Amino acid sequence: ILSYPRHPVLKKRDDFEDVLEERRRSSDLRYALRCYTPTLYKGLVPCKVSVLKSIVLQSDHLQCVIKQVSSESGDSTECVAEEASLILDEMAHRMQLSTVRFFVFTLSKAFKRLFRSVCVNEEGIQRLQQAVQEHPVVLLPSHRSYMDFLMMSYLLYMFDLPLPVIAAGMDFMSMKFIGEMLRMSGAFFIRRSFGGDKLYWAVFSEYVKTMLRKGYAPIEFFLEGTRSRTCKSLTPKTGLLNIVMEPFFKGELFDVSLVPVSISYERVLEESLYARELLGVPKPKESTSGLLKARRVLSEDYGSMHVYFGHPVSVRSLAEGKIKRSQYNLLPRYIPQKPSVDTHEFLNDAAFRLVRIQEENMVLKPWVLIATLLLQNPDGMDLSSLTEQTDWLRHLALAFGAFLDWPDHEACSEVISCSLALHRRLLSVSAGHVQLSVTDAPQVETTPEEAVFQRAVVVLSCASYRNQILHVFLRPALLAVAMQSANSSRKDDIYNCFNFLRNMFSNEFILCPGDSVQDFEEACYLLMKRGVLQVLEHEIVMSASGQSTLAFLCSVLDPFLQGYQVVCRYLCEETNENLTEKEFIPAVRSFCFVSLSSDLQKNALAALLRLKAVRKVKV
Amino acid sequence: MSICYHTDPMKVVYHLIYFAIGCYETAYKLGLSLSFRQEIMKWNGWGYSDSRFLFNKKGQAEFTGKRYRLSGLILPSLKDWFEGTFGANLQHKSPPTVNLSAVAPPNLNEPFIEDLKAAGVAASHDPEDRVFRAHGHCLHEIFALREGRIGRVPDMVVWPSCHSDVEKIVELACKHNVCLIPYGGGTSVSSALECPHEETRSIVSLDTSQMNRILWIDEKNLTAHVEAGIIGQDLERQLNEHGYCTGHEPDSMEFSSLGGWVATRASGMKKNIYGNIEDLVVHIKMVTPRGVIEKSCLGPRMSTGPDIHHFILGSEGTLGVVTEVTMKIRPIPEYQKYGSVVFPNFQQGVACLREVARQRCAPASIRLMDNEQFQFGHALKPQVSSIFTSFLDGLKKFYITKFKGFDPHHLCVATLLFEGDRGKVLQHEKQVYDIAAKFGGLAAGEDNGQRGYMLTFVIAYLRDLGMDYYVIGESFETSVPWDRVLDLCRNVKERIVRECKERGVQFPPLSTCRVTQTYDAGACVYFYFAFNYRGLSDPVHVYEQVEHAAREEILANGGSLSHHHGVGKLRKEWMKESVSGVGLGMLKSVKEYVDPQNIFGNRNLL
Repeated sequence: ILSYPRHPVLKKRDDFEDVLEERRRSSDLRYALRCYTPTLYKGLVPCKVSVLKSIVLQSDHLQCVIKQVSSESGDSTECVAEEASLILDEMAHRMQLSTVRFFVFTLSKAFKRLFRSVCVNEEGIQRLQQAVQEHPVVLLPSHRSYMDFLMMSYLLYMFDLPLPVIAAGMDFMSMKFIGEMLRMSGAFFIRRSFGGDKLYWAVFSEYVKTMLRKGYAPIEFFLEGTRSRTCKSLTPKTGLLNIVMEPFFKGELFDVSLVPVSISYERVLEESLYARELLGVPKPKESTSGLLKARRVLSEDYGSMHVYFGHPVSVRSLAEGKIKRSQYNLLPRYIPQKPSVDTHEFLNDAAFRLVRIQEENMVLKPWVLIATLLLQNPDGMDLSSLTEQTDWLRHLALAFGAFLDWPDHEACSEVISCSLALHRRLLSVSAGHVQLSVTDAPQVETTPEEAVFQRAVVVLSCASYRNQILHVFLRPALLAVAMQSANSSRKDDIYNCFNFLRNMFSNEFILCPGDSVQDFEEACYLLMKRGVLQVLEHEIVMSASGQSTLAFLCSVLDPFLQGYQVVCRYLCEETNENLTEKEFIPAVRSFCFVSLSSDLQKNALAALLRLKAVRKVKV
Repeated sequence: MSICYHTDPMKVVYHLIYFAIGCYETAYKLGLSLSFRQEIMKWNGWGYSDSRFLFNKKGQAEFTGKRYRLSGLILPSLKDWFEGTFGANLQHKSPPTVNLSAVAPPNLNEPFIEDLKAAGVAASHDPEDRVFRAHGHCLHEIFALREGRIGRVPDMVVWPSCHSDVEKIVELACKHNVCLIPYGGGTSVSSALECPHEETRSIVSLDTSQMNRILWIDEKNLTAHVEAGIIGQDLERQLNEHGYCTGHEPDSMEFSSLGGWVATRASGMKKNIYGNIEDLVVHIKMVTPRGVIEKSCLGPRMSTGPDIHHFILGSEGTLGVVTEVTMKIRPIPEYQKYGSVVFPNFQQGVACLREVARQRCAPASIRLMDNEQFQFGHALKPQVSSIFTSFLDGLKKFYITKFKGFDPHHLCVATLLFEGDRGKVLQHEKQVYDIAAKFGGLAAGEDNGQRGYMLTFVIAYLRDLGMDYYVIGESFETSVPWDRVLDLCRNVKERIVRECKERGVQFPPLSTCRVTQTYDAGACVYFYFAFNYRGLSDPVHVYEQVEHAAREEILANGGSLSHHHGVGKLRKEWMKESVSGVGLGMLKSVKEYVDPQNIFGNRNLL
């Protein structure tokens, strides 16, 4: 199920429908108050939020951990149980239909102002409707914006699907009123880090599992753990995935359906915020007043938004032949067990594959292509050559299986000018010349440093759009770079080089562990089909016409290669013996300021640590 | 016929009175025929030839013969249930074909036969005798027979009449290198009786049916010494004549033998009072190629190293032939009472059984049927004799579904059997019903309980009816810790449904289960599964794949490989996983020592 097709071009995708159209025609109030009768899980025994809590607190698992903790800490069990109850109070959602209706009303208003259209694949909704009845469902949306989970709940309400309970970071809870509102619309809050806290983990995992086992509501969480500031998918986390899969492993559920959802924005609401964050400006703390200040965003045009509900993935078929469920036979199931090495590997693999599905179903707008080209041409491009190259790139992307939303029957120049207009904040167009630039009224006195900073914000914002299409070009690009640097046309040499690069970049991009050979073959296949390469038995030869494509692909990876080089140079030249991790990012940033995002720096360091080029010494 | 209760403890008419009383006895008196059993029993189906289900000309189901309580009765709702459940149609028949000419000529070992003749042991190589002993009752075995496909069958049959006959046969088999396959009642459901295809030696079926005497009864120690070929119902009946019983009542007791019980680790319905076969045997005598294995005394328990009985129990005919067994016996209980409880759903029912087990107050038998089986049981209700009864039935139904709010698509029934002295039974009954009430259970009368147990005996006949109309099915069992019972039942049933769908079965299968035994630490669960195979080119293969998947699911959910059916050849592939490599190695080394020539070459278990 998860072995995505080797010939991505042939992939069939569903059509979209704009859900805002209907909203623009009829009353939002009446809509918010309409009769909501979701299709439910067949085994559902409805239960109240308070009952749910007592089930969790009384569960064998939690009781067992409470006893453990109490004997370790010396506190009485009542005391620990009380603590557990408080943790649960802090965590639990209190879903209320009235609050949901309020959100539906306000969000209808907001979405209509923000977006030209919100497109959803209705076939995906139908599949979800089916899946919800058969097995407990876990929704796994991509995470690019705060909008994501609001939109998810909004859509599920719209299509009469059960409203999800959503794992949200604790940050939201600090937003006074909003935090509680979110709680009442189904969010439950988890602390960002609770590594060693046994009790917290037990309450949390039991809470999620209980809801899942009962089929209480679909569970929604973000595999990536947090919003991706770069619009590149983040390396998935496996903790929650393990929690939702365990009821299947232990036989408590026949199956669990995982539904990857890809949410893409033509213009991300947080675009410049992210860029600033990546440049070291701390993330503004989530607060209600902050939100009110951010009202400004409501007055802008964010183009269209696409939500693609992927095919439900059955945990049972995923685990077939990979997980030996009988390993759980010899221990009472309520006793918590760390996942075995095999299980861990499986979870990791599954998580990567799910993120890959998210990536593949992510709709790409023409702007993404334009941004890619503009970044490769820092001095700007003539509109005519931009048009020509965008068209070329469009065909390349389609050949590589990109899910491109290119308007039918519209001239290429028309499409481009529309995109440029939407993203006018990031560029300047004058006399047929397009260039990335700061168009916000330039302050009179800008220090050179500030100017560089402003420029970096634009570049990183733009890069976040280019990043959206990287997964399409990634494998061929790795091959292109490998061919360039291997200095040999022998297949083995190129593969080794490919493998090295792939390994190097596996913190940067979503590269399924262990898929090295497949990725290599896919890259060869795609480039061969484009006529760029000839793959012989032992050799890979570039065709005469392939030069431009290879050059383009190399320059796709160029910023990353350069960035990693900068990090390495810094580590070699500048560091003294004991650099702390905290100091690392500001230090590298001051070492080389230009277009280095903290994300890349972190990834580079992680890769170097993984490859044992750098050693971490605990102090 | 109905059950009567006598207060005189020595003269109680046994509850199995509806069995054909004396059918064997008459035969024995008339002078024994070696193949007597095969004359009164089907050769390609279950049970007695005269007893079978059929749809009469009016399309109503009836059960023929005179042997059972259901015999001769019309079952008006069976047709609708059958058609509704399986999407079967009475117009679409799949009758058996008869083809005994397909039996391959025997591969005889002449020197062995000559020595055998000299020793005076009865033998035959008549095709009918051989085919009859070439199979158990697995679906694929019966299906093949009905289609007239006959595979490898034993080359001859021998009938030892006592322990020393068996010693002679085994000695000669070793001498002439002949493969022996012990045959008791022929009710195996694990492919244990199938002749291994790779066997090139002459295969001799050793039929123990002539070793069927009770050799002595010891009233001081309450034990009986019995030849292992005796059939369950004969053993009980003959002991009853002396005022005793063993209390061992596996569902196959009409046809299965004492030796078979020992060789497969059988379990009886009333094990809560009498224990399973391993609890019942005091002494076992088995003839192996190395000689006779037995203990030196009849002490009730010993600490003399690993219990050698446990090498014999469950050895499935791979080590030798069990010839004589000393068994515990009990006075026939003074009083018996059936009962039943309706629960709003299966979960509540299981919770109740668990509580009963916790309090260690399980009646002689307690079984919990799921909703599908409850409905199936309903379909087997005979035509009611009076308007009054039908009115009463209607009232009961109204009370349970409308007044008590039980959903007819969720409710399930537990059947109970109490045994003992009258006062205690009544007290016990109250205790159990009180527990049931805590789990929302409503007492549903003796009659329902009794019909539940009767079904056990006739259900095997139903498979033959199904096979007449493109429906095939089978049962299988497992044992599982209490906390996993519900999960296992749900997952296995769902797996069956899903696998059938994936393999192109056109109609949803019947996939149902019941909890049939309770233990301190878990329960025995029994699954029934059947489907309509129209449109499938190789139904048996599909069936086997689904059963395989179901077993995988059982093991993945913490269930055992088998509770009492045994491993045979059907479940051999999972033995290592089940008992560990070392465990399997231990068993193999025993086999290696006891039977180095692999004389007992049925290739079961290991």
